[in-house]
Amino acid sequence: MRLFNFEEQLIPLDEWIQVFVDWLVLNYREFFQILKVPVEISLNGLEWLFFTLPPWLIIVAFAFSAWRYAGKRVTIFTILTFFLIGYLGLWENTMTTLAMVITAVLFCAVAGIPLGIMAGRSDRFEMFLRPGLDVMQTTPAFVYLIPVVMLFSIGTVSGILATIVFALPPIVRLTNLGIRQVHPELIEAAIAFGATPWQVLRKVQFPLAMPSIMAGLNQTIMMALSMVVIAALIGAGGLGTPVVQGLNTLEIGLATIGGLSIVLLAMVLDRITQGMAQK
Amino acid sequence: MAEEIKLKVKNLYKIFGSHPKKAMKLLEQGLTKDEIFKKTETTVGVQDASFDIYTGEIFVIMGLSGSGKSTMVRMLNRLIEPTAGQVFIDGEDIVSMSTEQLVKMRRKKMSMVFQSFALMPHLTVLQNAAFGLEMDGVDKATREARALQALEQVGLEARAESMPDELSGGMQQRVGLARGLAVDPDILLMDEAFSALDPLIRTEMQDELLKLQAKSKRTIVFISHDLDEAMRIGDRIAIMEGGKVVQVGTPEEILQNPADDYVQAFFRGVDPTNILTAGDIAVDTQVTIPITDGKNPRAGLQRLIKNDRDYAYVVDINRVFKGIVSTDSLREMLDRDDQPNLIHNAYLEGVKSANTNDSLQDILPEVANNHWPLPILNDKGEYLGAISKNLFLRTLYRGEPETEQSEGEKV
Repeated sequence: MRLFNFEEQLIPLDEWIQVFVDWLVLNYREFFQILKVPVEISLNGLEWLFFTLPPWLIIVAFAFSAWRYAGKRVTIFTILTFFLIGYLGLWENTMTTLAMVITAVLFCAVAGIPLGIMAGRSDRFEMFLRPGLDVMQTTPAFVYLIPVVMLFSIGTVSGILATIVFALPPIVRLTNLGIRQVHPELIEAAIAFGATPWQVLRKVQFPLAMPSIMAGLNQTIMMALSMVVIAALIGAGGLGTPVVQGLNTLEIGLATIGGLSIVLLAMVLDRITQGMAQK
Repeated sequence: MAEEIKLKVKNLYKIFGSHPKKAMKLLEQGLTKDEIFKKTETTVGVQDASFDIYTGEIFVIMGLSGSGKSTMVRMLNRLIEPTAGQVFIDGEDIVSMSTEQLVKMRRKKMSMVFQSFALMPHLTVLQNAAFGLEMDGVDKATREARALQALEQVGLEARAESMPDELSGGMQQRVGLARGLAVDPDILLMDEAFSALDPLIRTEMQDELLKLQAKSKRTIVFISHDLDEAMRIGDRIAIMEGGKVVQVGTPEEILQNPADDYVQAFFRGVDPTNILTAGDIAVDTQVTIPITDGKNPRAGLQRLIKNDRDYAYVVDINRVFKGIVSTDSLREMLDRDDQPNLIHNAYLEGVKSANTNDSLQDILPEVANNHWPLPILNDKGEYLGAISKNLFLRTLYRGEPETEQSEGEKV
């Protein structure tokens, strides 16, 4: 009864993966290091901006966009949140986190919206993409932290790369959904009036998918924020640092104020971007 | 009439499904649509359709749902690719056009109005009307000016800055119509364009379309499942059943001589008095007395008795109608015997006549109130025939089984 012999490991998949990753690290580390460059540039730029601008200007900027897109109550909430974070002594961590999140979301949008559009226009491409998105979304972050560290080494940029992997699926999925939700009659009408495929996309599908794409962007921001603590495990800075440090040294208070700041920041960003999506 | 052919459809087929070639072969072998569906899981959408559409006419393609009429209209601008056959616009085959040619043709020559309006919800009424021109790369100022003109034509220039969802259904379809007109196409395809509207609005839109058509003649291909609509606006009608074009003709032709039971069934619910004119049903079976014979009223009386008729129609040598005499009036005159040669002394009083273009609705009171069949004259006053009560009633019963027999009588 060899068939039911589960005593010994017949398929050494773990070894194969080990060998594959080792081979990848040995031969292609350079290539993966190059991938970091655009992320690094964008992160440094944003960090420089957030650290150079006086805090009051940043608060005014956020309060203004809250007032513009989300109303009075969110504006008050935004101002209170930033003051609280400041008084908790986490202003710099918050600025780093903001720079990280914005960088990650920027790259997610740049890659995710075109992918979503392609998936929306081709069933075959969607079929091919979907399992990939499932893997990205469901694989526990801890599992791919090790290969990420091996390929990209530790640090904030590696943390952002891990964040991009995790936060990319919603914007792809919701862009895809938005494109697919456009009424076939509207596309038919556009074609009947002599629209080329590119015109159909630009003049009909994309504008009509915009609310859905904005919802995807909102979800991507939320996912990126939820990765802040995990990214801190591989040496990324920001609001994850006090949490990880607090956990390591059992300083429960420190961990809590870090966590609280993340939650409040998430709420501010969520309300503002949701307001944008509705406009 | 030597009409110019604008659009020529020749042996056009559409087969939906994965084995169109196999289905085509089976069709050639003479299998029916249902048999083919059972064998190959493919649906025959349109089967061997051929017809011509003339410049400047409103050509209605009519059929029930599933008859292939929507597929047909979409093959005219290749929103649906035909499986076989050709569509010629001004002699050029649309089916063999390259993508660029096709896009150009859609932008310049053919526009479309949809049942569901299909207005872009993110664009204003003006931008919607300008959509076709925008696709064509016309600059903003020009296209908006032309779109505004088109909106004026449909009476919506005041709502140019509204969004489509702020308008009622009828107004939305006016925008749809304006969008179609703004590109100034040769051919306007209208796919059940008014079917989604309330009956009152629908009639209003039909009138609007006829008014626009009277101003500048376009070739309009109008898809409809509504016979009344087809009859009201169509210059000619093609009737489709199960993917086949079963009959093409003017509304009168089709109503008079339905090609088969299907077509006839269509007309059963229709009130023919709105569509048929007096000239359509008048028959020349009454006794006529040329005025030369009138010199001898006795001969006329003889012919009436011989033909077993009560009334005779007096005409001059050009067949211009003069009056009606009856056996009684002739006898009475002959009895009086004062001037027996002048037949006009025997004319019945209160005789009226109708023109060939009068509708049955118009002549109904005259037919009903008099004993004699109503004489029908052309514009020159020439006698063409008469309509008796009997004939009138038989026309109303058209479509009932007895029609076949009475038809024989009539001819």
